[in-house]
Amino acid sequence: MAQVSLRKIVKAYEGDVQAVKGINLEIDDHEFVVLVGPSGCGKSTTLRMIAGLEEITDGEIAIGGAVVNDIPPRDRDIAMVFQNYALYPHMSVYDNMAFGLTLRKFPKAEIDKRVKEAARILDITPLLERKPKALSGGQRQRVAMGRAIVRDPKVFLFDEPLSNLDAKLRVQMRTEIKKVHQTVRTTTVYVTHDQVEAMTLADRVVVMNQGIIEQVGPPQELYHHPATKFVAGFIGSPAMNFMPARLEEASGALNVTLANGTSLPVPDSRSARYRPHVGKALLFGIRPEHLTDEKTMDKDNLAPLSLTPEVIEPMGMETLAHFRQDGAEITARLDPATPAEVGVPLRLLAHMDQMHLIDPTNDKVL
Amino acid sequence: MSATAAGRDIPGIYHKAGSLRSERRWAMWTAYVSLIIAAIIFLAPPFYMLVTSFKTNAEIADYSLNPWLIRSPTFEHYAAILSNPIFIRFFINSCIVTACVVVLTMVISVLAAFALARMRFWGSQVLATGVFLTYLVPDTLLFIPLYQIVGGLGLLNSVWGLVLVYPTLTVPFCTWIMIGYFASIPKELDEAALIDGANWMQMLLKIFVPVAMPGIIAATIFAFTVSWAAFVYPTAFVTTAEQMPLTIGVVSQLVRGDTFAWGQIMAGALMAALPPVIIYAFLMDYYIAGLTAGATKG
Ligand SMILES: Nc1ncnc2c1ncn2[C@@H]1O[C@H](COP(=O)(O)OP(=O)(O)O)[C@@H](O)[C@H]1O
Ligand SMILES: [Mg+2]
Repeated sequence: MAQVSLRKIVKAYEGDVQAVKGINLEIDDHEFVVLVGPSGCGKSTTLRMIAGLEEITDGEIAIGGAVVNDIPPRDRDIAMVFQNYALYPHMSVYDNMAFGLTLRKFPKAEIDKRVKEAARILDITPLLERKPKALSGGQRQRVAMGRAIVRDPKVFLFDEPLSNLDAKLRVQMRTEIKKVHQTVRTTTVYVTHDQVEAMTLADRVVVMNQGIIEQVGPPQELYHHPATKFVAGFIGSPAMNFMPARLEEASGALNVTLANGTSLPVPDSRSARYRPHVGKALLFGIRPEHLTDEKTMDKDNLAPLSLTPEVIEPMGMETLAHFRQDGAEITARLDPATPAEVGVPLRLLAHMDQMHLIDPTNDKVL
Repeated sequence: MSATAAGRDIPGIYHKAGSLRSERRWAMWTAYVSLIIAAIIFLAPPFYMLVTSFKTNAEIADYSLNPWLIRSPTFEHYAAILSNPIFIRFFINSCIVTACVVVLTMVISVLAAFALARMRFWGSQVLATGVFLTYLVPDTLLFIPLYQIVGGLGLLNSVWGLVLVYPTLTVPFCTWIMIGYFASIPKELDEAALIDGANWMQMLLKIFVPVAMPGIIAATIFAFTVSWAAFVYPTAFVTTAEQMPLTIGVVSQLVRGDTFAWGQIMAGALMAALPPVIIYAFLMDYYIAGLTAGATKG
């Protein structure tokens, strides 16, 4: 068990590709941290530098207080689970899990104890004698996790471990991983491109984009208080709506005026924060779940606006309506009982308590 | 009820299956005919050898008889060869040379292939291509410079000279097979092993060698076949009978000037060809798996 510290980590591949551009991150003991971001943003590279599989171009990585820059993977006391599982195809499940311990010359009895305990935790005891070939994707995934658990390392590293599974199994294994972490409490760094996975698993989510960290925080904080336009748009599904708007002041109150002239009142609680930006062209951000029909329970700070649906998607528990307004794609989540029709203007309510304003010059959320 | 429903459906299905089946039958016919022709072409010479080896010298010399039939079968040629100590010597020489060459080849090419496939170092790509290109130089061209080298080392007329030069035939191709095989092993497997605590040697011996076993067997068979059947190098480098392998021993001892002891030549050549046949028979499945390894992801 240990903390992991990344200090000004840079990774440059040959050809001057900067995959990671000087990131700082402190991971606590027992913490489950998820690195999330679009494909190619440098998540795997960061993880592989922690593992020691990739050289660190600049900066410092410490595990449990000791700088590990020059320490080979086997001496970093970490375990890694790969996207394609990377099970040794010629070894039984038991031997796959025992391999690391055998190389480290653990006594046979201790190896046996640990393998059986891990198999029990992961519910794979009946599979111990099988070869990986004879396992399903979900079972292989468990074995890969078992191989990590038996080592009882300081840190678990996961690189997109669920990406090869079908949707249903992915949800199931997600719960499984969370359960395992609650049992063994090993510090974990988990990489995924799936924001739902990140939100559901993480104690803290690290949102990465183009080699930098956009924001670090607990899932709820990222959802409610995104720091940048990127985070606002990346976290949450369907994604947050962005509409070009102007912040205006009329008789002491602030309004967000959309390009089509609709004026939405800013709640008093936000006035002080937004006042310095009066007169600027900004982006008005609001999540689909905060752009609803009139059946909503919320009564405060609702602002009406009228939009004409282009596409209606009934989902059962809710209905998604898609609009186009001033060149922006907008989505609203409606009560399934609301009679929404394509081409017929619909009166919507924006929950202004949940609004965001973004400065388009630097993409920061105000 | 269900029977009548099924009865109505069947003709449609039959029609479709019928056309598919006729297409398939056509493919089978073509395959069989070409395979039979190929088999006849390739098996006719050994069959002729077999027939000849059981004939008496008089029968072999009599051109008026059908050469494909045996009138009075005899084991005299086999007996003559097996009772002649020099042929036992040839056989032992072949075994020594082949065993040494196979071991030497596999050690060199597995290590070389592992390095070329996995340890990225400056020039490793060029080197890998270079290794294969050396395989394209024919031994009929190489034996002249090699003669000088072997002569310089004082290894002419010695099985050890052969042990030294045969790897020039086997190592490039075996390395090339093994590079292909090792390259098909996913990178994450070494990374998992590295994290599990393996060093390079353990990774090679405990992961790469077992996973690439079909490739290793294919390469071993190749090395075995090449060194067992080598003809040009021993012809050039060995002239004393005691140091000859079977391939040239049989010819050198049974051809006296213009006199060919055909019966014994055939019997000797057939017995010489037996070990590769036995090995192929046992390892055929592995050999095919090894040659087609790149084709499908294992
Ligand atoms: N071995 C490599 N050589 C050169 N560029 C690489 C290499 N590995 C990754 N990259 C580049 O670094 C960037 C980050 O890659 P990666 O960390 O794998 O992203 P992801 O967030 O999808 O895991 C990408 O632009 C990728 O093309
Ligand atoms: Mg990745």
